Amino acid sequence: MRRLRILSKLAWRNLWRNHRRTAIMLGAISVGVWAMIFMTALTQGMVTEMIRDGISALPGHVQVHHPDYRDDPSITNLIPMTDTEIAATFGPAGFSAWSSRIKVPAVITSERDSRGVTLLGIDPVRERDMIFVDYDEVEGRFLESVDDRGVVIGHKLADTLDTEVGKRIVLMSQDPDNDIADRGFRVVGLFHANVEAFEETYVFAGKKTLQNMLRVGDRVTEVVVLGEDYRNVEDEYAAVLALVDGGVEVRRWTELDTYLGTMLKVMDGFVLVWVIVIFLALSFGLVNTLVMAVFERVREIGLMLALGMKPGDILGQILIESMLLLVIGLGIGNLLAWLTIKPLEGGIDLSIVAEGMEMFGAASVLYPQLRLEDVVLANVVVLILGFLASLSPAWRASRYEPIEAITKVD
Amino acid sequence: MTAVRCVDLCKTYRQGDQDIKALDHLSLEIGEGGFVCLSSPSGGGKTTLLNAIGGLDKPDQGEVYIAGQRIDNLSKGELAELRLRRIGFVFQAYNLIPVLTARENVEFVMQVQGVPAADRGRKALDILAEVGLEGLEDRRPAEMSGGQQQRVAVARAIVSRPALVLADEPTANLDSKTSDGLMELFTELNEHHGTTFVIASHDQRVMGYAKRIVRMLDGRIVDDIQQDAA
Repeated sequence: MRRLRILSKLAWRNLWRNHRRTAIMLGAISVGVWAMIFMTALTQGMVTEMIRDGISALPGHVQVHHPDYRDDPSITNLIPMTDTEIAATFGPAGFSAWSSRIKVPAVITSERDSRGVTLLGIDPVRERDMIFVDYDEVEGRFLESVDDRGVVIGHKLADTLDTEVGKRIVLMSQDPDNDIADRGFRVVGLFHANVEAFEETYVFAGKKTLQNMLRVGDRVTEVVVLGEDYRNVEDEYAAVLALVDGGVEVRRWTELDTYLGTMLKVMDGFVLVWVIVIFLALSFGLVNTLVMAVFERVREIGLMLALGMKPGDILGQILIESMLLLVIGLGIGNLLAWLTIKPLEGGIDLSIVAEGMEMFGAASVLYPQLRLEDVVLANVVVLILGFLASLSPAWRASRYEPIEAITKVD
Repeated sequence: MTAVRCVDLCKTYRQGDQDIKALDHLSLEIGEGGFVCLSSPSGGGKTTLLNAIGGLDKPDQGEVYIAGQRIDNLSKGELAELRLRRIGFVFQAYNLIPVLTARENVEFVMQVQGVPAADRGRKALDILAEVGLEGLEDRRPAEMSGGQQQRVAVARAIVSRPALVLADEPTANLDSKTSDGLMELFTELNEHHGTTFVIASHDQRVMGYAKRIVRMLDGRIVDDIQQDAA
């Protein structure tokens, strides 16, 4: 402990011996750490939005289907339980949100055009906080009940079909006997979505209305359950598994949308790679600073060895010096990151490149996300790799022969 | 008892394509409480001998004993411990740690030794006053003259009362008055505390204070004179 005190004192004072060099190095570390955290926050914000949008379009963290539904998402693959039985099973389970619905492929036809869409028969009351549509932002109105006779379509689809609120469209799909099931609907609302593709793809109708149209009685194609955190849905998954028997398939969202699931894993790995790459650039400066600092103090190090300091003490002193430099740089870098990310948490408008963003499923507003795990990761990586990078100059300093070091000529 | 014993020491340096014999089968014994001046022309081997005695340099051949303990075969760590506990060093130059004040430089060795803060603070102030540096305790080396720096180095070497003090040209950067003051301090420590001094110097004033003068030439002892201290 006493040695640590003297070594820390020497390290601290030596650090400020060359103010300019230390300041430059601190600047480099701070900017590097800031870049690590800032870029990570942007990336995480983008990924989170992509996943949230993806999950809200699926939607749900855990889903239940007929075992064949994923291969053939048609009305023939209904869940082998009635909607009443499903409500009796899932209702008391205490999930933060759950719903049952009909989800089938369909064709929508207006007076001018027709398009293939995904038709969702939902309970609008239960799904208010589950799907990606903000009911209050809908032009016209959103569905009001399971037996609402209207449909809500996206603005983009409305433009394509050249239709609008109040006009009629026809929806056509198949019933379980593979006969055509169709019906005319009035468009009651147009929704906006973060991802334009959603506006083109999804059409919402009342669940009961669709059950009648498709002649499926009290049956549905999927049950969805939402948990608290999309990154960890294991509790919900286990709970759903316990509720249902072997006649259905239960899947996590990462299995249902493997692109997003893989994206989540890749992005976590990307953050680590990004942090390490920035550190490698920084480490050249750090090692150079330490080598210079040691080189300038060869005689002094020799003197300390001659006076009775052990090689390990010299090693410790240089390492403490490096750690002090890193800790101060990390402190400033973290503060900078916090100061720059916090004001942007309301969102960065990237609508100018919206189409490009959409190509890989991202929204046009980016919400940087400062996650404690990412900040800790950046700090730990910098400290551990910084320690390792400092070992070489510190080791060299500790290996000096005292008399050779003392008599070293500039 | 013998404070220092060197047996058949040899040390050869390579300079260009020439071998320089810094120590040539040199044997020497210094009793406890000795006050010895090693004197030689430049390159005569006195600093090499001093470094071998202090465990700073290993001889190519021969044995070195400090207070009966053989030290030429000790590890770096063991030698560091030996220097820390038993030997005080005064070097000709580059004596002080630039980032520490005079008092902190004097406290440095004691701090590494583990002397409690209050104790070492008091001892440091006392010894600095003793070497005439009262009032300069908080100055850093860059704010002191060469002579003042050398006195701080001496204070550091003797503050923990080591049994043996090795000094290499301790008066080289000092004026005559300061040199005399320093040598009187060494003499007092030698006489009152029994500290053994081995000083490498060709300064006549230093030789005048020594009880014994060992003259060297080309790594050999050519003369060994006992004399009364001035």
